[in-house]
Amino acid sequence: MRDFHYKRAKSMEDATRSISGDPTAKMLAGGTTLIDLMKLYVERPDFIVDINPLGKISSDLVAIAPLAHGGLRIGSLVRNSDLAWNDLVKRDYPVLSEALLAGASGQIRNMATVGGNLLQRTRCEYFRDTSMGCNKREPGSGCSALDGFNRMHAILGTSEKCIAANPSDMSVALVALDAQVRVRSSAGAERTIPLVDFHLLPGEHPERESVLHHDELITAVDLPAIPFARRSHYIKVRDRSSYAFALASAAVALDLRDGMIHDARVAMGGVGTKPWRSHVAEKALIGLRASDDAWRAAAEAALHGAKPHRYNKFKIELAKRTLVKTLSEVAAM
Amino acid sequence: MATNESGSVGKPMNRVDGRLKVTGAARYAADWPIDGLTYGVIVQSTIGSGRVASIDVSRASKARGVIGVLTHKNAQKLPDKGRAAVNPPAGRVLTLLQDGEVHYNGQPIAVVVADTFEHATDAATMVAVTYEKGTLAADFDAAFPSAYPLPEKPAEPGRNTRGHYVRGDVDAGLASADVRIDQTYTTPKENHNPMEPHAAIASWEGGQLTVYDTTQYVYGARDTVAKTFGMKPEDVHIISPFVGGGFGCKGSTWSHVLLAAMASQSFKRPVKIVLTRRQMFGPVGGRPQTHQRITLGAKSDGTLTAIRHVTTSHTSFIEDFLEPSGIVTRMLYAVPNLESTHRLLKLNVGTPTYQRAPGEATGTFSVEVAMDELAEKLHMDPLALRLKNYAETDPDTGRPFSSKALKECYRVGAELFGWSKRKAQAGTMRDGKAMVGYGLATATYPTYRSPATVRARMEMNGSDVRAVVQTASQDLGTGTYTIMTQIAADALGLKPSQVRFELGDSHFPKSPVSGGSMSAASTGSAVHVACTALRQQVLALAANDPSSPMHGIVATDIGVSEGRLITRSDSPATETYAEVLARQPGKAVEATESSAPGEETKQFAMHAFGAVFAEARIDSDTRTIRIPRLVGAYGVGRVLNAKLAHSQMISGMVWGVSQALREETEVDPRNGRYVNADLAEYRVPVNADIHDLDVIFVDEDDPHINPIGAKGIGEIGITGVAGAIANAIYNATGVRVRHLPIRLDDLL
Ligand SMILES: Cc1cc2nc3c(=O)[nH]c(=O)nc-3n(C[C@H](O)[C@H](O)[C@H](O)COP(=O)(O)OP(=O)(O)OC[C@H]3O[C@@H](n4cnc5c(N)ncnc54)[C@H](O)[C@@H]3O)c2cc1C
Repeated sequence: MRDFHYKRAKSMEDATRSISGDPTAKMLAGGTTLIDLMKLYVERPDFIVDINPLGKISSDLVAIAPLAHGGLRIGSLVRNSDLAWNDLVKRDYPVLSEALLAGASGQIRNMATVGGNLLQRTRCEYFRDTSMGCNKREPGSGCSALDGFNRMHAILGTSEKCIAANPSDMSVALVALDAQVRVRSSAGAERTIPLVDFHLLPGEHPERESVLHHDELITAVDLPAIPFARRSHYIKVRDRSSYAFALASAAVALDLRDGMIHDARVAMGGVGTKPWRSHVAEKALIGLRASDDAWRAAAEAALHGAKPHRYNKFKIELAKRTLVKTLSEVAAM
Repeated sequence: MATNESGSVGKPMNRVDGRLKVTGAARYAADWPIDGLTYGVIVQSTIGSGRVASIDVSRASKARGVIGVLTHKNAQKLPDKGRAAVNPPAGRVLTLLQDGEVHYNGQPIAVVVADTFEHATDAATMVAVTYEKGTLAADFDAAFPSAYPLPEKPAEPGRNTRGHYVRGDVDAGLASADVRIDQTYTTPKENHNPMEPHAAIASWEGGQLTVYDTTQYVYGARDTVAKTFGMKPEDVHIISPFVGGGFGCKGSTWSHVLLAAMASQSFKRPVKIVLTRRQMFGPVGGRPQTHQRITLGAKSDGTLTAIRHVTTSHTSFIEDFLEPSGIVTRMLYAVPNLESTHRLLKLNVGTPTYQRAPGEATGTFSVEVAMDELAEKLHMDPLALRLKNYAETDPDTGRPFSSKALKECYRVGAELFGWSKRKAQAGTMRDGKAMVGYGLATATYPTYRSPATVRARMEMNGSDVRAVVQTASQDLGTGTYTIMTQIAADALGLKPSQVRFELGDSHFPKSPVSGGSMSAASTGSAVHVACTALRQQVLALAANDPSSPMHGIVATDIGVSEGRLITRSDSPATETYAEVLARQPGKAVEATESSAPGEETKQFAMHAFGAVFAEARIDSDTRTIRIPRLVGAYGVGRVLNAKLAHSQMISGMVWGVSQALREETEVDPRNGRYVNADLAEYRVPVNADIHDLDVIFVDEDDPHINPIGAKGIGEIGITGVAGAIANAIYNATGVRVRHLPIRLDDLL
């Protein structure tokens, strides 16, 4: 690993200001993405600002608290395990708890934070190998995955420059739940970004992954009140029973009354270059009677336009089946 | 083997080294604290074929903490360009910086030595290399037309290991068949991933070299190092008391060991090289990819008339290494007409090597799936088909088996598994959303044995005695320390706690490689004879000593239990080993004995057998595959330690699940790069993937095989499992998958 300077942040202001002066600087939360990629020389920060001490200074950063008008505010330094096992989350947003528990391993979840999870980077093997071309890691060096081993790669939201899948499970549940990301800049300015707009499609610039500015700290994620989200569920299909990234996953919440679908939230993982909210699937569902036909219509809509490559053709059918299964299980809840 | 009074052999005794391991006191290769230790990190090529055009180490050499950088420009010239120890199949062709040639992506091209591992790692990234690219062959399918037959090799004693072998007339046999199967089965490249990666510390003192290594073959490592440097074997000392898993990849001494010694010599300090997980993919071998075409012919009653098995596997450009998948076919079933041929093709990859049950693991997949296909075509139960073609004598050599309990394995396994509940029609068993299927396969592994020498000493230990038993064997985590302690204790009539067994040091007498599942049979037999000799010596001391109560009693009439001598007659005379020894001037008695296979290898065919039954459950929506249970029934001769044996078998079965459903090394055909070289992307099973594993050892008394009556059990556990699972998946879904690993992609 390269040498780097390390500093423990004294305040949010200290953290964001320290970062803003150095374009290579990075904030360190759980470190399970950052340190891993530093060992591989994929991330090469000269300066690390450890934000973990902030949890002691601003307890909001490590809190899960109900919002005044319903919903939940989740501090950005809340560990994935704590979030998954939180009683409010388990009751009101089971899909989120399930998505978190389907991710990584117990040890990693104990370290991983909400903010870090939102910003975790792709597992594309070519991104992780500095001897290979990768437009995300080194703009202009070409995408090795296009004609390489791309079984794990995305089929939705891809571009000629990049087909890397976003690996996060948590973000899939959050994007289904209309989460809002709260951030704060070095000037102290705060803004709120809907999670659907937070991650960027690769397009011409796969190196740009989110709308977050370099000097911005994620402070919290807000979940609106969605009463019907108590009827929600996450299914993840992967190569082994745990500790593997999704081949396809689905996060679903349904507002079902008398067998009619009044509202729906649908998002998918393992298939998109970003956490994939499927408004088209929701549109296809609303107004229909809960039935296999409805589920299949939603799945067809969700995968419409999917673009597979050599080794991931199966993902189209798998994603459809995963979504159908999740929808039907939620309806049966 | 004489049953002894203390009767430790066979008992489920805990590992004698268990405490050392769980407390962290066991010292593995990288753990040795050495004064002035420095750290070597290997720089690897990033092209798959060609040569290093320029290598600039100026930045790296100036980096913080760097002591030196070894490249082909400044590395010492070794005798015979570093090939003096090449002696296939175990003495490998290594890459030791003798020239700038690159024959695979990830090949060592430099070693950076620094005061810390971190400094060396960072400096390694500063070595600037340019290449002249050569033509690349990294795609198995594209290289397939270039496959060549294996040069004819003489058969190894006791076993037919020739590359090409024919008996009878296969074409005629096929012509006379009522039913034929002609299919191709493929298995992928796989890499060993023992928990402990390869590691070596090399340290010179004058002309003497000490290497702390993690090896399956202490004497092999010693000889490879000595020959490579042109030294006397006695001047090389290998120390390897603990090995954190080997599975074949530590059977040969690979380049990093020699590179550590070279760097240590050049920079005049002890150098440690520990491979990273990523470096485990390429430089230290892996299981070759195989393509196996199998043709079966049978009469309508199931009688096999012919088998043709053509195996093509890959090797590297610098060495021929074969995955002999077709050898097992020669002895599995009674078929008069058989051809089994092996071919190789060259790829720009690291030379492959032995991986648990090399040949059998891949061969029992293809043959046993082909048999399943044949059974279906014949409308026969797959078990009945196997019984129909049961080989009572070895169809390969014509010899009787020293013992063969396979029929009993089929019977007992089928009963425990509930084989009779299987529905012959594929895709007809359901349980809710799950498609359910049953499959079976035959497991087998030959029993090998090599000469071994053991030194056993009895000495005073306070007021008691203890036996110190030494040989340069290895314990890969399998339990060698423990079973040798048990064998020694029984032979001597001591409690296991009165025995200290030592291994893993080239200053001890020679034991063979811990490979081919032969440590128990080879070293165990030698422990038995050496300890028996030692016991006779001590008994003779008593019998010849006028001051002993046993004076005048013939040594063979004396029995020993927990260190106490008693006569087998009615005489009340008795005393203890301690009392005998206490009267001795030097107070220690020693015996060194060897044991080697003999005429029995020419008279008998020797194999362990088993039957594996698998249940597969496939989610009808997502096609996720689950193996809720595996049942394995095995005949392995004498079980030396019921607990360790059980662990060996279930570990093999787990790897079988992994082989069937998980593992595949991806090599990029564009540049030969190992793509999924870490344990997140190279997937092995997690605990949640493994459900019920039932192991039964059927009684098998083998009087011929070796003095301890035990067949090897290190490898048979993986054999047959992938075949049984593939057959179960077919039975569940009606989809016949003829490649490994089988993934849900295949069933959608
Ligand atoms: C072997 C392995 C398997 C895994 N499997 C899965 C899986 O199956 N599913 C899954 O979803 N995930 C998986 N993960 C990924 C894991 O979930 C992420 O690594 C983790 O969530 C990242 O959180 P962290 O706090 O450790 O982030 P860090 O590594 O600390 O940070 C990641 C990035 O986010 C930035 N950052 C962190 N916090 C903030 C903040 N508050 N404001 C601004 N920027 C911030 C950092 O600067 C860094 O760039 C796996 C990881 C590993 C190593």
